[in-house]
Amino acid sequence: MKLREIRDILTAEVITADANLEKEIKYGFAADLISDVLALGRVTGVQTLLITGIIHPQVIHASNIFDLGAIIFVRGKRPVEATLQLAIENQIPLLVTPYIMYETCGRLYQHGIKPSIARVKNGPG
Amino acid sequence: MAQAEENMRFHEIFHIEGGDFTNAGAISSRVKKILKEAGFPGQIILRTSIATFEAEMNVICYANQGSLSLFIAPNFLKVVVEDEGTGISDVNLAMKEGYSTADDRVRELGFGAGMGLSNIRRNTDEMVLTSRLGRGTHLEFVISLEGADRSVPLLSSGG
Repeated sequence: MKLREIRDILTAEVITADANLEKEIKYGFAADLISDVLALGRVTGVQTLLITGIIHPQVIHASNIFDLGAIIFVRGKRPVEATLQLAIENQIPLLVTPYIMYETCGRLYQHGIKPSIARVKNGPG
Repeated sequence: MAQAEENMRFHEIFHIEGGDFTNAGAISSRVKKILKEAGFPGQIILRTSIATFEAEMNVICYANQGSLSLFIAPNFLKVVVEDEGTGISDVNLAMKEGYSTADDRVRELGFGAGMGLSNIRRNTDEMVLTSRLGRGTHLEFVISLEGADRSVPLLSSGG
């Protein structure tokens, strides 16, 4: 799915100028802990959308490590200026949606966005 | 190791300021850029960047200041992180997933899940951690460049 379609599904605002909305996104990963992004976000890279409420610059550095495709901030949270600048430098599109994380994930899942990781291997069951 | 160090192709030291959350991750980004420009395989860059990010965050979250040194040798990459700070009272406990002494400020920024050290171990081939309480911590890790594509992801892929 193109980033443009994700924007429409989530009535999101694209806040990075000149963002490439034709970018193809196939996977999603949602986390409010950088630790989880670092521990679990490693599989799918450029075709992955990070869904988060973390608005500090370190979210861009972490995304950069995995070459993530784009970031969407949930609950209408807007990143601080340093985050925005860093995202522009690193050409990572940033979006803001008014939906909460659960609703954001649900809508994307319904439209065929797969999890970047479905479950951990070493968990119970 | 002594012979390998004679063959060292690259060495750079970065300063890390404790509590400087604004620049958290900046050194890992630079390390990643260096490795990318040097033409290392993607998996090597990814593993080194993840481990470096975690190590950098540990200094920012728990120490007054520290340094991160990157060594590139023909057969391995090595990162040495030294800090001056509170140190770790029980290194084995600190290595356990989920164990954390992070304060509220650290947690509010999305860190402190107690996954950092185990994530470093998972992404590296050798790891040594020593600490003196009240003085500081010394961490070294090595990523082998031999058989570079043999990395086994711990987690299943999605779908």
